[in-house]
Amino acid sequence: MISRRQILRAAPGTAALLGSQALLPGWAANGQTTSPSNEFDLNIQRQTVSIDSRKAAINSINGTLPGPLLRMREGEEVVLRVRNDLDADTSLHWHGILLPPSMDGVPGVSFAGIKPQETFEYRFRLQQHGTYWYHSHSGFQEQLGVYGPLIVDPAKDDSISADRELILVLSDWSFESPARVWSKLKTHADYYNSRQPTLADLLKGNDQAEWERMRMMRTDIADITGMTYTYLLNGHGPTDDWTGLFNPGERVRLRVINASAMTYFNFRIPGLPLTVIQADGQDLQPVTVAEAQLGVAETMDFMVEPAGDRAYAIVAEAMDRSGMAVGQLTPSASLRAEVPPLRAPPQRTMQDMGHDAGHGDGHSGMQHDMPAGPAGMDHSNHGDRATTPAAQTTVPVDPPAWIPRRGPGVMNIVAAPMSRLDEPGTGLTDVGHRVLTYADMQAREAFYDQREPSREIWLNLTGNMERYMWSFDGEKGTGGTEPIRFRHDERVRLVFINHTMMEHPIHLHGMWMELENGQQPMPRKHTVSVKPAERVSVLVTADAPGDWAFHCHLLLHMKAGMMRTVQVSPPMVETADANT
Amino acid sequence: MRTLNNALCFCLAVGALLTGLPTHAEMGMGPAKALTYVSVDRLEAQFRDGDDARIWDAEAWIGGDIHKAWFKTQGEDVSDEGLERAELQALYSRAIAPFWDLQLGLRHDLRPNPSKTYAVVALEGLAPYRIDVEASGFMSEDGDASVRLELDYDLRLTQQWILRPRAEIDFAFSQVSDLQVGKGPTTLETGLRLHYAIKPEFAPYIGVDFESALSSTRGLKKDAGEQRSSWGAVIGLSGWF
Repeated sequence: MISRRQILRAAPGTAALLGSQALLPGWAANGQTTSPSNEFDLNIQRQTVSIDSRKAAINSINGTLPGPLLRMREGEEVVLRVRNDLDADTSLHWHGILLPPSMDGVPGVSFAGIKPQETFEYRFRLQQHGTYWYHSHSGFQEQLGVYGPLIVDPAKDDSISADRELILVLSDWSFESPARVWSKLKTHADYYNSRQPTLADLLKGNDQAEWERMRMMRTDIADITGMTYTYLLNGHGPTDDWTGLFNPGERVRLRVINASAMTYFNFRIPGLPLTVIQADGQDLQPVTVAEAQLGVAETMDFMVEPAGDRAYAIVAEAMDRSGMAVGQLTPSASLRAEVPPLRAPPQRTMQDMGHDAGHGDGHSGMQHDMPAGPAGMDHSNHGDRATTPAAQTTVPVDPPAWIPRRGPGVMNIVAAPMSRLDEPGTGLTDVGHRVLTYADMQAREAFYDQREPSREIWLNLTGNMERYMWSFDGEKGTGGTEPIRFRHDERVRLVFINHTMMEHPIHLHGMWMELENGQQPMPRKHTVSVKPAERVSVLVTADAPGDWAFHCHLLLHMKAGMMRTVQVSPPMVETADANT
Repeated sequence: MRTLNNALCFCLAVGALLTGLPTHAEMGMGPAKALTYVSVDRLEAQFRDGDDARIWDAEAWIGGDIHKAWFKTQGEDVSDEGLERAELQALYSRAIAPFWDLQLGLRHDLRPNPSKTYAVVALEGLAPYRIDVEASGFMSEDGDASVRLELDYDLRLTQQWILRPRAEIDFAFSQVSDLQVGKGPTTLETGLRLHYAIKPEFAPYIGVDFESALSSTRGLKKDAGEQRSSWGAVIGLSGWF
């Protein structure tokens, strides 16, 4: 831990001269971890750091980018004192950590936020272990640098043994102000697409005319691209050349965190097989792959056994391949691996639009078959549903499965959403090596709740890319939106239907989402990436009473309104009596 | 002039109302601030076979995703004759479909003299194949109705070189003698401009423009001794912020 005094010594004025290395916390300079602690003092403040030799004015935690490593131990109570030295409200959210709702750090949902010059004390007991992260949930602060790694060591000795651990925090940085980026996207959503279709594409045919007719672009992979982003590995730009050292013969555990605001990363280390052992902090049955896609806010732990006589390039390509975060994994600082060039950029397909290739627009159809409009939520009869025997195959759907209508905020309705769990992600279907898919993920231990869900809630992921509007069920999540209500301890199936052409990393605070991917035990996730035109479902045990944020973790999609509050009712009185 | 003031006041009030709407977003994102946008589509010098001219065509809006206060202006300053056309529009705009906004408001022409005020209803948006469409219907204070259809399209040659064909056709439902407007199609303006986008939001351009009076308007122009059609080379700037 860096103490307050040390931070104050590194005054902002001198920061630029020092360069990023001098200001990095120890772990970010070399990726190495420290031992767990119970108390942390964190200061959110303006800071100037250097990224790719350019001065960057960031909002930092304790003066560094990323913020300090918070290493804790399962079963223990931790205290985190967060002081706000910005001139705007701030907050810190502990992403993926199960805790009381008042400690979750979402202004307007968990608490009022932290006012300038005030200190908020977070206090909670850790009920889990694994690789997580933390970030501001206020305004654009996450994009401006308020994020860092959070690692919880198991209460008992880890059954996963590694000789060395390296933490790799991937993120995106823009020298443009996030407010400016936001306003550009709201008025010209294709602003950052530097591969817009040209006359040559039209002449090539290949259903380009159909894309033009739909007023969409097949090169629309990421809202914000390398045109303004510098992709960072542990706060280092590509020319900052981050280096992680290992000793020959070591088994190295890589804790990879996608802490970016808007960027999906494809992660690989050419020449080195990656054995996936954890995702979103939860242990998985090991799977060995050559590459894996990390949606925004997802984490993944890989075990690697590098050969002792060579260096490796750590490559995290932005999904649209407009840039990459890079580093070196090497037994000696003098030994370096060549960084491979960016691969050819991917393109969307008609499948991503929910169409069979070449089959016109699939807009109509479904609306006639389905009850339209937001059906009134009926919560009166959940009690008996909750006792439905596990053998039941058809689960009541509440609200009845419905899809929103097209309108200013809903550009497209996918008539026939598909399961895409066994697809590795945009751009990774034909890369010539094995890529992790959601279908590969199998939890190491079963979840404590094995009940069948008693009801189903559909969530339509909707948007209009042209107007840069994003929503759930066609409705922006603003102060007045009805929360999604869970009854305490009920088991719910959430069905996500993505009607847009973009991936959305959906994050539920406070509770696990068990991904229904055909594996047993199902993997538990805090963030589930839903592919274009995909239907994917998760099971949730509503064991955490209180209000929780539930949103797309693409920062600007959340800002646009792709969010809801999930409200878990208080425990029933009888239960409370029994406990006292 | 009073009508113009009233129109502007109305629209500013709508704008103020829109920005003050309780669009408070939760989860620490702060209140959703109204967006502002200014776009200059054409600011150009025209070198015509008749009189040279300078023209402008710009719009601006303030508001949210659905409701906006929208302002448009265009005009023409002709060498030796001075300001020939100067038009201002103040509209309330509502998003009605994924790609379309419906707009209602007033148009006030400072030129030609005497000034004239119109009620406006317009549909603005992006048609299939990414064609920009602006269709406006006008009803003048004298009860004369007319429509104007403007189309343009961005054909990217490269990421920076963009060819923009443009067409505008005007149609009058009644003859307006003082404006030399005949009943039926009145004018057609077509152009082809080659933009070089220094940045996506700023592009100088060069191009050609052809303007022609149509049907009975042709006759009225001829009678007044005015040109019925002309070619011009143009050079200009476009941009937005």
